Amino acid sequence: MIELRGVHKAFGRQVVLDGVDFTVEQGRTVALLGPSGTGKSVLLKHIIGLLRPDAGEVLVDGLSVPMLGRDELASLRQKVGYAFQMGALFDSETVYENIHLGITDETLYRNTEYSEDRVAECLRLVNLEPDVAWKMPGELSGGMRKRVGIARAIAGRPEYLLYDEPTSGLDPVNADAMDALIEQLQRELHVTSVVVSHDVRGAFKVADDIALLHDGKIRLQGPPEAFMGSKDQVVREFLDRDFKLLEAKH
Amino acid sequence: MARISGTSELPVHIRAPRVVGKPAIGVLRHVGRFGMMLAELARALREAKQWVPRALDQCQHVGYGSLFIVLLTASFAGAVTSLQAGYQFTGSVPLYVVGAVVSESIILELGPVLTGLILAGRIGARYAAELGTMRVTEQIDALEALGRNPVAHLLLPRIVAGAVMVPVLTILSVGIGILSGWLAAKAALGITDQDFVHGARYFFRTFDIWYCVIKAECFGLVVTLVPCYVGFTAERGAEGVGRATTYAVVTSSVLILLLDTLLAKVLLPT
Repeated sequence: MIELRGVHKAFGRQVVLDGVDFTVEQGRTVALLGPSGTGKSVLLKHIIGLLRPDAGEVLVDGLSVPMLGRDELASLRQKVGYAFQMGALFDSETVYENIHLGITDETLYRNTEYSEDRVAECLRLVNLEPDVAWKMPGELSGGMRKRVGIARAIAGRPEYLLYDEPTSGLDPVNADAMDALIEQLQRELHVTSVVVSHDVRGAFKVADDIALLHDGKIRLQGPPEAFMGSKDQVVREFLDRDFKLLEAKH
Repeated sequence: MARISGTSELPVHIRAPRVVGKPAIGVLRHVGRFGMMLAELARALREAKQWVPRALDQCQHVGYGSLFIVLLTASFAGAVTSLQAGYQFTGSVPLYVVGAVVSESIILELGPVLTGLILAGRIGARYAAELGTMRVTEQIDALEALGRNPVAHLLLPRIVAGAVMVPVLTILSVGIGILSGWLAAKAALGITDQDFVHGARYFFRTFDIWYCVIKAECFGLVVTLVPCYVGFTAERGAEGVGRATTYAVVTSSVLILLLDTLLAKVLLPT
């Protein structure tokens, strides 16, 4: 279970998170929505300890992430897969080595037979051909880079998966394919997930719960039905923008 | 009451601490972060499985990759030193002194300093740009997110490679520099082999080699530690990477020249 309680974070004078309360129950998928630049990725980085809150608590499996020592934090990170927005692939390594580095257990990482099988399995899970393993990240399209990033995130068999804007920068067809992939991974891996996105339609497709980050606070968190029925002006404005576009198309 | 519109209109006693304070805090912040990086490097030494294989790769990049340019520079430096010494000494000082001037200049100064400066450009720029790009494209965050130590993965292998290979390259450059100086002296000044060797041995002390290696080791650490620190802490996209690269090369080069003077003062008996 992931819990953020009263988390504050500022960069200089710019307050990004201003008392965020956010919970992800075990086995659930929560989509964290919000306009660009509202601090969704910042929130996500707190969960894995890449950023430390100025105030408040960040708990994963009951452990306070900012209070963990070096080794404990490394152990926690082995349980959490993080798919970065632009893939963040190591560009001097092949796709194989990128995914291989995702095998966080040192003994398994050094087992060549296991590693080769695991990399092939991860590529299959993200619907990529096995020969992609020998390409360099620079040879891949944006969508493929994101998929490889996800493959790397799942290679260590994490219990939690954090997706940072998995559909941003993709065309609608590839964005739909990415949403389908996230759903497929939820079914096959049974992980607890947080999907950061500003794509309302995709979020409704993949998430059990939805949260809206607005002005540094979680404005609303609940199942999609509660979201759709909300009378909150901010929630309505955010939803209407996407759904009006959708209706206009039809 | 009249409003004070700009900082320049404030009294000197208020302005002075502001003008001095901000850069001073900036310098102290860098010193603190650099110290923390050194502590992290020391701690990462125990993760030998992570850094040793990568350090071997980096040794190849630093050593083999820089060999041509280092030796080329050393051979020109040796030849030019020899020709200039000949120009100054012919007719006034016995020519065997050319052997002493060439060998001592190359061992004590030109070999280590030229190698250091070349590597500050070649290795320093590369390390700062590589690490800076990795920082701004979240690759370093990705390593951390995988529970891996970026210091053991990225910094330590590069610094070990510099510490090992820069002295090796320097010794090779000294050898080539003296050899090219010798050949130039023979060809242009007509000096005999016996005279050149006599001159070279006349002023030579075993400590000169140790001094050369100590300098090379210090320069090896400068051309890796500074760019690694600057690249690792780069910010703000492509502009930040560009700035980090320039800063790494300039700072490493200036530090090499400062250390050169300091080591001469401290280590050479006068």
